Amino acid sequence: MSGIPIRVSRCSKTFADGTRALSPIDLDIAAGETIVLLGPSGCGKTTTLRIIAGLEAPDADGKVLFDNVDVTAIPIEKRNVGMVFQSYALFPNLSVEGNIGYGLKVRGMPPAQRQGRVQEMLAMMRLEPFAHRHIDQLSGGQRQRVALARALAPRPRVLLLDEPLTALDAKLREDLRVDIDRLLRSLNVTTVYVTHDQAEAMALGDRIAVMDHGRIAQVGAPEEIYFNPIDDFVAGFVGTMNRVRGEMREGRLQIGVGTTPGGAAGEDLPDAARSELLFRPEDVLLVDAAAAQFSGQLISAFFLGDHTRLVIDIGAEQTITARVPRRAMLRAGAIVHCALEPHALLRLPRKESFS
Amino acid sequence: MNVKRSVFFWPLLAFTLVVCAFLIVPVGMSMLAGVTRNYFVGVSGGLTLDWVVKVWQDYRHTVLLSVQIAIACLACTLVLGVPAAYVLAHRSNGLTRAIEELLVMPVAVPGLATALALIVTYGGWGDFRRGWLFILVGHVLFTLPFMVRSVLAVLSSIDLRTLEEGARSLGAGFRQRFFGIVLPNCRSGIVAGALMVVTLSLGEFNMTLLLHTPLTPTLPVGLADAYASLRLEVGSAYTLIFFVIIIPLLVAMQWAAQPVRRAQAAAAQPPRA
Repeated sequence: MSGIPIRVSRCSKTFADGTRALSPIDLDIAAGETIVLLGPSGCGKTTTLRIIAGLEAPDADGKVLFDNVDVTAIPIEKRNVGMVFQSYALFPNLSVEGNIGYGLKVRGMPPAQRQGRVQEMLAMMRLEPFAHRHIDQLSGGQRQRVALARALAPRPRVLLLDEPLTALDAKLREDLRVDIDRLLRSLNVTTVYVTHDQAEAMALGDRIAVMDHGRIAQVGAPEEIYFNPIDDFVAGFVGTMNRVRGEMREGRLQIGVGTTPGGAAGEDLPDAARSELLFRPEDVLLVDAAAAQFSGQLISAFFLGDHTRLVIDIGAEQTITARVPRRAMLRAGAIVHCALEPHALLRLPRKESFS
Repeated sequence: MNVKRSVFFWPLLAFTLVVCAFLIVPVGMSMLAGVTRNYFVGVSGGLTLDWVVKVWQDYRHTVLLSVQIAIACLACTLVLGVPAAYVLAHRSNGLTRAIEELLVMPVAVPGLATALALIVTYGGWGDFRRGWLFILVGHVLFTLPFMVRSVLAVLSSIDLRTLEEGARSLGAGFRQRFFGIVLPNCRSGIVAGALMVVTLSLGEFNMTLLLHTPLTPTLPVGLADAYASLRLEVGSAYTLIFFVIIIPLLVAMQWAAQPVRRAQAAAAQPPRA
């Protein structure tokens, strides 16, 4: 299975009732790449996927190119894509084998050859013991694997996944995420993966396209999205972000600069937005009073096993979240001294968010 | 089982049995009347199948015509009703809802009125008016909504749109997904609808009374004729024949109506040793 490049060009989507689901977007997907469309519900990620699939047509100007060939007018039946739906859409009237072989059957593959390919897919997805079962006799995770096997059996040029893990519980989701990752790496098929789960996006995407209000806010490698978010929305949606009104002066963090602590923070600032500091919870270090850049009172400490999450009141009606690895025995009400890792402060190239 | 029964159990059971008896005894009496030598003498006068044989000899043609119409009616409702349900399931807008309501009209309007409308409109179409096809038209009008509703209920309960999108993504054209995915997945609705249609067509009397001609009497029309003009035993024997045909259909209908629950129950209960 070798992937093909996909180009989405000026694709917008206005539904019949006049709602604009998608502003014109451009997206280039390299051959064999896994791109994740990430965003909250209603951001247009599923609409984008459906346009690539051929289940929705873009507005007049939009074009979808597979391997540099315009496929905009070609229906999904003829695009040779593999698709996995959130609800799996497995056929209840067919067995596991029947489902996996369906795409081959409608393409007219001879039964002997078809059987061989189905066996291959069953083995790849570790589904052999369930080959003759009916769909309603399978667990959620098994259904998910059947859906993947069914989509991959006809050797599609493009694999499209619409929130494939959302219907599963957390533990299973993590296991299957590993499976899917291994599968996509070994198959080298061009993949578009839609999710609202940033952990999934980080784990699976070669690149992530963060979407918001029908636009692509930022496209980039997971690290890039996480460490260099382009705007407020991306910074807030991917990972947890602390936002503090203040300034870093001579190695000390001045909270709510220009106001007395506890006063009407921000009002006296010349430009509140300019002095907003952004940093990630894991970049906050607990230090001695002498090395502290700022101090605060602990509001709560959540022990989460591999780390502890602290919520700290740093004055001027502002709280931050810190993620500390040590088994620090901290009680609510304690005074904690904090410093930030070097380069912890993020700068947003784009001040305005779309919303 | 060691269930503690409330004080109302026995009175309620008795009441239920009385109601059941009220409904079932006349049916049993009627069937029994068909095999007694003389109804006014009673069972002590002896039992006989003579009446049944006589009815079969004299009214066989009505039974056969009814079966013929029921089968033809089933064919028509399948060909018209299943695709109609499919379209209605796919598009839900004001127009389709109006069509759905209109389809039910022949059930709401008295059969006599529908029959009269058909006669007024097509009464002049000589051979058509005189043939069994005229009765068939009435039966199709009357039974079509039952087929449509039954199939539509199943189609609405499965995520038809996504199933079809799944099939399309795998390369299936319309014909392939309609016959390979849509029809097999609404089988229970089709079976339930089919049994309903056959049963209703076999028993339809109101409309058929006006639509038939002396050359095309159906079973219920013949039955009315026998009740009106022949011995009570003959009418009862006729009823007996009707029951023999209709009861297996009714049982099958109950059986087909709940395949899911049965399957679930079977899965939940391991076979006992």
